[in-house]
Amino acid sequence: MSLIQLANPSRFLAVSGRALPWLSAATVLVFAIGIIQIYFAPDDYQQGATVKIMFIHVPAAWLGIFGWLLMSAAALGTLVWRHPLADMAGKAAAPIGSAFTLMCLVTGSLWGRPMWGTYWVWDARLTSVLVLFLMYLGVIALWRTIEDPTQAARAAAVLTLVGAINVPIIKFSVDWWNTLHQPASVLRLGGSTIHPAILVPLIVMAIAFTLLFLTLHLAAMRNEIMRRRVRSMMMLQAAAPAES
Amino acid sequence: MTALSALLARDLRLAVRVGGGALIGILFFTLLVTVMPFAVGPDLPQLARLGPAILWLGALLASLLALDRLLAMDHEDGTLDLILTARVPLELAVAAKALAHWLTTGLPLVIAAPLLGLLLNLEPKATAAIAVTLLAGTPALTFIGLIGAALTVALRRGGLLLAILVLPLTVPVLIFGVAAANAAIAGSVPFGTPFTILCALTLISIVIGPLAAAIALRQGLE
Amino acid sequence: MMRLMGSDLTCVRGGRQVFSGVGFTVGAGEALLVMGPNGAGKSSLLRLVAGLLRPQQGRLKLEGGDLELTIAEQAHYLGHQDALKPSLSARENLGFWTALLGGEAAKSGHALAAVGLDDLAHLPAIYLSAGQRRRLAIARLIAVERPIWLLDEPTSVLDVAAQAMLADLIRAHVAGRGLVLVASHGPIGLNGAKQLRLGQQADQGTQPS
Repeated sequence: MSLIQLANPSRFLAVSGRALPWLSAATVLVFAIGIIQIYFAPDDYQQGATVKIMFIHVPAAWLGIFGWLLMSAAALGTLVWRHPLADMAGKAAAPIGSAFTLMCLVTGSLWGRPMWGTYWVWDARLTSVLVLFLMYLGVIALWRTIEDPTQAARAAAVLTLVGAINVPIIKFSVDWWNTLHQPASVLRLGGSTIHPAILVPLIVMAIAFTLLFLTLHLAAMRNEIMRRRVRSMMMLQAAAPAES
Repeated sequence: MTALSALLARDLRLAVRVGGGALIGILFFTLLVTVMPFAVGPDLPQLARLGPAILWLGALLASLLALDRLLAMDHEDGTLDLILTARVPLELAVAAKALAHWLTTGLPLVIAAPLLGLLLNLEPKATAAIAVTLLAGTPALTFIGLIGAALTVALRRGGLLLAILVLPLTVPVLIFGVAAANAAIAGSVPFGTPFTILCALTLISIVIGPLAAAIALRQGLE
Repeated sequence: MMRLMGSDLTCVRGGRQVFSGVGFTVGAGEALLVMGPNGAGKSSLLRLVAGLLRPQQGRLKLEGGDLELTIAEQAHYLGHQDALKPSLSARENLGFWTALLGGEAAKSGHALAAVGLDDLAHLPAIYLSAGQRRRLAIARLIAVERPIWLLDEPTSVLDVAAQAMLADLIRAHVAGRGLVLVASHGPIGLNGAKQLRLGQQADQGTQPS
């Protein structure tokens, strides 16, 4: 089945309906594996067990950014190819991405208190992620304020793409400030600096979170298709002549 | 007169005549700068240290609030439809409107900043530095704001949403504007570095702003 | 020779299908009267031709026009709104439109006289009545020459004398090998115009009146 055939909402509903249980099961399974691995992972010699917040915090950060990338791809689909499902993909991804970003901020804050002595500090990473979170909220606000779904989709698509340019700019601009936050240690040239005993659970949790994102996203897209059907039905009902 | 210069001239004339543009922006800017010491405390050395930040924030907010006049009025009375039948690219037309908006809203803020610097106990050198950074950075605020204005053009009372959408996009401009001003005053970082980045941001926004705004306007028509 | 053709046009606005399968042909020296009840899509069709709406389906084609310009750039679109700035005078408004649409400045005086507004030209547009504002918008059609006229219910706020004036102007334009599409509830004094009916009985083509 080609991607174009999948563009038909009814067919998408059918295929996603079959895929969703498997995806949910895979999510639960990988989370289970991840949690077990976390349990057996060594404590940090300085921080103790607190360091295990990292297993939620770091994947959440990755997925917050992944969400915006997904939205950007959907935005291109909306603006350039007018793919019918692209609108819904973008709309569904925004709340999920923002939730992961918020999770990153909150877990980071809770982790920062024992580690740095403060709940918040205005350094490069934190500021960039906070701005990303606020941009998510802006896109969601735009979706909700424009009434026509097609127009809302297009406006949100433009905003998403402009925001995509802005995210690296913010990231690099705030690098002027001294960073209290840990510099990049996983995706680095020269290989990761983390010991495998921590790295493996981290990767597993990242996969688990990604599966969670995709499951939620698929479910949200299905909901959106249903929502639009209800809207069409109501509009048809309003336009239909009164029954005698 | 070419189409674009006619558009620019008309927008300039309207901003001056309707009385909304320049003076109200300056007044709001002045009020903001006046209100800050009530919150921050009247300690003069502290105000002098915060001076660049206060002036930049004031300029940012004053620019933001004037943005909904940029496109919404032309959309409401049908002029935007007319612009679309003119033989000019929409990108250039909205760029001309943004230029007029900056000349009547942003530039007055730049001119008012040195006077307000007196209220904040800023030295002439500091004030001059801030004014130069505002001159380089306020066009960026207008051209980025153009994108938000285009996205919210059809919304009634979209002003607050406009601000929400535009503010995150203007964060880099704010960062480098204040950094450049502080560099000129304190000298810990060479002024040129943040200043050239600020200029680069402005130049980028002058290109991307009209492009994105035109796309948003065209998409919103359907 | 210029010809404007629409085929199989479908328009969707706000999720609602306004019309579908609409086709028409208008040639130089012809007028098309688009009629139909409220909500039938007359305004939408005109906006579609003016390039202000994109059809969900169907094609618009202009033959014999300038290949470098879009249809919109060779047309005058007169919609429900007048595109007037209240604080500018009538003359200033017309001068702006003329410059924006690439006309010659010298013609605007003649245009104002043709619609009977030359003694009010200096007044800010805010003082003009609805009918006078519409006449000013009509002056735009004379001040700048464009082959295609797209008029959306142009007579709605005009008195009888002004309606006759407009009908004369349209006849003159048509006689000069121009094309006119007019959306209207009722006849506007054009004889021999083709008709296109939208609404319950959506037409597939055009018929002479």
